[in-house]
Amino acid sequence: MTVALKGEDVAKKLGEVFPGAVVASDKVVVVVDSQHLYKVAEYLKNTTGFEFDYLANLAAVDYVDYFEVVYHLTSLKNNHSLVLKTRCYGREKLTVPSVYSLWQTADYQEREAFDLMGITFTGHPNLKRLFLWEGFEGHPQRRDYL
Amino acid sequence: MAIKTEPFILNMGPQHPSTHGVFRMRVTLDGEVIVGLEPVIGYLHRGIEKLAEGRTYIQNMPFTDRLDYVTSMTNNLAYAMAVEKLAGIKVPERAEYFRVVIAEMMRISSHLMGVGFFLNDLGAMMTPVLYMWREREKIVDLFEMLCGQRLTYNYMRFGGVSQDVPEEFWPALKRFVAEMPKFIDEYEQLLSLNEILLARTKGVGILPSDMAVKSEPAGQCCEPAVLSGTCVALTHILSMTDLISMSRWGALGTAMTDTW
Repeated sequence: MTVALKGEDVAKKLGEVFPGAVVASDKVVVVVDSQHLYKVAEYLKNTTGFEFDYLANLAAVDYVDYFEVVYHLTSLKNNHSLVLKTRCYGREKLTVPSVYSLWQTADYQEREAFDLMGITFTGHPNLKRLFLWEGFEGHPQRRDYL
Repeated sequence: MAIKTEPFILNMGPQHPSTHGVFRMRVTLDGEVIVGLEPVIGYLHRGIEKLAEGRTYIQNMPFTDRLDYVTSMTNNLAYAMAVEKLAGIKVPERAEYFRVVIAEMMRISSHLMGVGFFLNDLGAMMTPVLYMWREREKIVDLFEMLCGQRLTYNYMRFGGVSQDVPEEFWPALKRFVAEMPKFIDEYEQLLSLNEILLARTKGVGILPSDMAVKSEPAGQCCEPAVLSGTCVALTHILSMTDLISMSRWGALGTAMTDTW
């Protein structure tokens, strides 16, 4: 069975390597600052003991005060998983670094979050709407879209 | 003499919404060789997340049936487990085991449909799928005993299931479990050495294991490629360590290993 790593433990380790990167953590989740997200993701992918080679899921959530991007990471080698999150505040000009270069699967999932939630993933090679057509106004999965 | 050709773009689809796999492909062709392909999806996005926002947790249960209607029980289960986790609801052990039993039955049913329709798509219209249907029908009968439904079950509840198992369920289940291996042998006999099937699946649609990890398909597409934790999703969400599904793997994932 895949072991879910404790967010707190991973947060402690990340805090040592990237001071100031961890915003919050609990039993399940680590939340990192979006500025540090790419470096943290790269570290989690390439460091012995973590080796998260598989991004099972990427999703965006609208909490009205802020948006959250959620990364469900799995290591096939170590058979463990982690939930990594990052936040961006405001309603306009939301940017999060793209993790496409680390996990190819982020391609469509980042495009989905861009299309339906309006989050821009910087560094994505082909960031255009996934489901809706070009020229569509608004982002229908947002809480204020009726 | 080589004939000079210019690459051109051909639009394939979108297919009618009642066909499975509704999407459009923008194919770049050089003569008869596909040199580029851009999938265009989004023709069937139903915005269920948005619908769910305005409803209570229990009202969303029937929506989960429709996410993937050939695996509705398992979708019910995933949603129920998510809500249970959020609300801190402890499920009785009996219900937990029973859920695993029906999730596994659902998986068998879904695989039967998968193999059947795969053969349909290869051109063996309807005959193989009806062989698969014969056994799927028995599973559907079992589910009907549980909840009166044959496709969208709406059977899971937070903390368990909607009603207890009727008496006639267990003997029927035992009969099915005893009979099923014989039918799998039959499918194998009919299909695994079938010349047309072999010609159309061997050595095509190759998914090398490194690409499988990188591009991360899930479930069956992933299984043949070398992956140690194929059943990540199920083993991850179910709290029982003693019930881990088996997975098959090969050095290379091909359409052929995908079928078997």
